[in-house]
Amino acid sequence: MRTAPVYLLPSPENPDHPGAPPLIVRGVSKSFTPGMHLPWSKKPRRRVRAVQDVSFDIGRGEIFGLIGANGSGKSTLIRILSSLVIADTGTVKVFGYDIERDSIQARQLINRVSADPSFFRQMTASENLLFYGRVYGMPPDLVKQRAAEILDRLGLDRSHQRAMVKELSRGQQQKIAVARAFLTSPALLLLDEPTTGLDPRSKRDVQTFVRDIQRDHDATILLTTHDMDEAEALCGRIAFLAAGRIVAEGTSLELRRSVANGRPVDGIDMEDVFMELTGRTVDDDEEEDEIEEVAVDG
Amino acid sequence: MADTAGTTTSRFAPPARRFSTRRQMTLGWAFVERQTNLWKRHWAWEIVWLVYGVVNTLAITFIAKQLTTEGIVSGKQANDLILFLLIGTLVWAYLSAVLDDISLVVTWERWEGTIEHTLMAPVPRVAHLVGTAVFGVLHALTRTCLIMVFALPFFTVDLSHADWGTAAVVMLIGSLSLIGLGILTGVLPLLYPERGEQMSFMVQAVILLISGVYYSVETLPPALRIFSYLSPATYLLRGVRAALINGASVADEAGDLLIMAIFAVVLIPASIAVFSAAERWAKRTGRLKRQG
Repeated sequence: MRTAPVYLLPSPENPDHPGAPPLIVRGVSKSFTPGMHLPWSKKPRRRVRAVQDVSFDIGRGEIFGLIGANGSGKSTLIRILSSLVIADTGTVKVFGYDIERDSIQARQLINRVSADPSFFRQMTASENLLFYGRVYGMPPDLVKQRAAEILDRLGLDRSHQRAMVKELSRGQQQKIAVARAFLTSPALLLLDEPTTGLDPRSKRDVQTFVRDIQRDHDATILLTTHDMDEAEALCGRIAFLAAGRIVAEGTSLELRRSVANGRPVDGIDMEDVFMELTGRTVDDDEEEDEIEEVAVDG
Repeated sequence: MADTAGTTTSRFAPPARRFSTRRQMTLGWAFVERQTNLWKRHWAWEIVWLVYGVVNTLAITFIAKQLTTEGIVSGKQANDLILFLLIGTLVWAYLSAVLDDISLVVTWERWEGTIEHTLMAPVPRVAHLVGTAVFGVLHALTRTCLIMVFALPFFTVDLSHADWGTAAVVMLIGSLSLIGLGILTGVLPLLYPERGEQMSFMVQAVILLISGVYYSVETLPPALRIFSYLSPATYLLRGVRAALINGASVADEAGDLLIMAIFAVVLIPASIAVFSAAERWAKRTGRLKRQG
């Protein structure tokens, strides 16, 4: 007899590190040198610091929120955790598997939703999901069944599931992106601004789905956002990221208390907490943190 | 990893460190399926390339026909010249399609913005690249056969001596030797997001020049002729021509087949290693992001 489909699997056991938490991030830093380097060019090059000495853990079944303005380093950090960017220093472990050294194992346990729902636009939603399920080793019938179940729950009707992605709205595409991530039953899910740019209804559909999954499946999720209400509604713990650094971390109540100074905690808005702790508003775009000019011969 | 039963479970096996060959073949086939779906959706482009291929084949092979008409060549020599150019254009259509398809592996995904999702999937790079290459070979073979079907009726050629079996073996081994070359050209868009695709066209142009597509490599100046020995396409073209024009057997072509096999054995693992190193560099420098 079939029971409810699993969208997020129970935490796996790493035989080498039993009981390892879903995510450990220790001292991760990353800087980039933008542009191309021509061997004959004598022009000094800019170096931009994206992430600085970031450390945090996520426990089993936790939804951890990372809040920061545009340019604060959220997406770079998510890319590092997804094995898409290699950190300059520090370590990332997913259920005890090192994201660099044990990449193939760690990648089997994670999936990601990015703010930009990138798909093969000439293919249908179902064809795209079939491909992404297949590259995670899922049989085609299971991909089709599970994709339809998830998209139904997200409120995307069957005709849209058969439509080419280029014919769908941004909100519909983002629902397919959410389905792509849940399709493979990740043990750790990285949600990088999953509701940015969505209309209110699509945003609510995605948030409800994430909340249901957390409630029903004890999901472990890292959510980045600059939507305070979303973070408060979904996350158990929240960290504020500014200029690539974590400047504060705790439950929403703990963060409010940290700036209360005798005021009633209930009356403090999270936007104000963010501003007090980071010195900027969450809607501001951060300037790139230029750390040095790199001499081409040095 | 994925719970294939689709049901709630309390036990969960740890993720695999290595995948079986069967599992890798299944993962690689996912890329063949995806490219086939994309190919179906871009059928208009396929017609454009088919028409271009037919016109190109006719335009070049008509040069031989004119020489025949003017009496500059005649008899068997005329037949052989037409076949020489016909095979050259058809094999080049095949080669360029294989190289295009494999080298587009990065460019296309960058353009669609899917490259990050594909590269973070737990697919060994061998399965990813070989799957893409298998589609490239099947696709190029289909297109080239269609070009041949449309172009052949325009010429009266004697193929009674042709050894199609040998030609098929040469194409098979030659295709394997080209896969490594295709993967190497696919590295360029990974290293150079904005100019990599143009650079891969340059590589194709050099192969066209040195491999004896429209002329024998003996025509090349000695300095260039040296490079012709480094191109697997040289041996593929020579082998197919020998099989179809002179009826050479597999035994006759053993030397060229061996060279192409060596190219395949060396280039495929080497190109996958180079691709993996380039991927690592792109991850260090943050170059995987969307382009276009």
